[in-house]
Amino acid sequence: MSTGPALVSILRQGSYLIASINTALDDSQMLRFQEDLISQIGQHRSRGVVIDVAALDVLDSFGSRTLRNIAEMARLRGALTVIVGIQPDVAFAMVQLGMTTGAVHTALDLEEGLAYLNTNCAKQVRSVRDGQ
Amino acid sequence: MDDDGMVAREVSADFPSLDRRDEDQLLPQLVAHLREHRTKLRQEWASRIQDAHLLHAMTPQEMAAETTSVYDNYVEVLETGSVEALQHYARDLSERIIPRGVETHEVVGIVLLLRDVLARSLFEKYQRDFALLNRVLDAYEPAANRIANTVAVSFVDERERVIRQQQDSIRELSTPVLPVRERLLILPIIGVLDSERARQLTEQLLAGIRTHRAKVVVIDITGAPDVDEAVANHLVQTVDASRLMGASVIITGLSPEIAQTLVTIGVDLSKMNTIGDLQGGLEEAERLLGYRVTREEGTSS
Repeated sequence: MSTGPALVSILRQGSYLIASINTALDDSQMLRFQEDLISQIGQHRSRGVVIDVAALDVLDSFGSRTLRNIAEMARLRGALTVIVGIQPDVAFAMVQLGMTTGAVHTALDLEEGLAYLNTNCAKQVRSVRDGQ
Repeated sequence: MDDDGMVAREVSADFPSLDRRDEDQLLPQLVAHLREHRTKLRQEWASRIQDAHLLHAMTPQEMAAETTSVYDNYVEVLETGSVEALQHYARDLSERIIPRGVETHEVVGIVLLLRDVLARSLFEKYQRDFALLNRVLDAYEPAANRIANTVAVSFVDERERVIRQQQDSIRELSTPVLPVRERLLILPIIGVLDSERARQLTEQLLAGIRTHRAKVVVIDITGAPDVDEAVANHLVQTVDASRLMGASVIITGLSPEIAQTLVTIGVDLSKMNTIGDLQGGLEEAERLLGYRVTREEGTSS
């Protein structure tokens, strides 16, 4: 596992984490990002994660699978994930190559992603309270 | 005459035994003859055009002007052996006459008529000396063929350019992406969807989603007469790509025929949100976006 400086900034914003991928990542960097993010969800007790890929003009199959995995892992750790900022070209290329983000929600940009989390995470909290 | 080099070379390649010096003298002679009888030959040509019922989209005055300049260009090419000026002129002429409905066969026809008129006149002049006539025609024919070829190609090129331009503008017009409410786009599809148009449609839609920050898109295919498997799959891909950009897509106006086709060919539409007509689609989209449209009581409709 690579031990160099982290290439993806992961910022805490209230109960959410915001991860912006600013440059194309190779496979080991992608895994490093996955590890960092999943551990930070636990540290900050985050309820939601926004992964911003607006700066990427290419997303390969490994990348999209890792994003899907991250979302699934985050769900297991109690956080809802939304991927934002997929470029039009990237979106169409992904679909043509049969790559999907699976059940992960996608939104236009950071603002939309946060709005989605606000709507859906609040529900989660309330339902827990109602249940008890 | 250095300028005649090309024509002369062509001829001497066909008849290597001919004397080069003699050949070099022939074309200038020809050209001088054609210049001398310019008016007579041009008038004969014009009357042949009229007899053949060509170019009736043009008035007699225009025809006179055009035939004069075509004639001069023709002779000039014979003289210099360079078709560049003619090419330019032919393209310019095509640009002017194509919008008036002049057909390819008319343009080729008039050039071949001119070629014929000039050949006949040469025939008449040199008929006493058969060997000389033969060599004159050897010099004249390849050049004349090249001219006919150049004019026809320029005309067809220009025509194709016009067609391409029109196709482009039809495509531009035919896939409008229209914002109807904040964050709601509609995309009416009118006419046959081929794969090129489907590709362009996707491109425009995805760009539109980004510029208008759309959350819901209604694609209305009432105006599409037919959908085949490739286009249906492309639509599915477009829907998926839009979802990746955070917009959900509603498809409306599937005709009974298209619905049956899609189910029969087995396109997987389970992920597609479809609603009967555009009105229903817009209402559903408004519901998704949280709009409530109310009608004031007492307003006449």
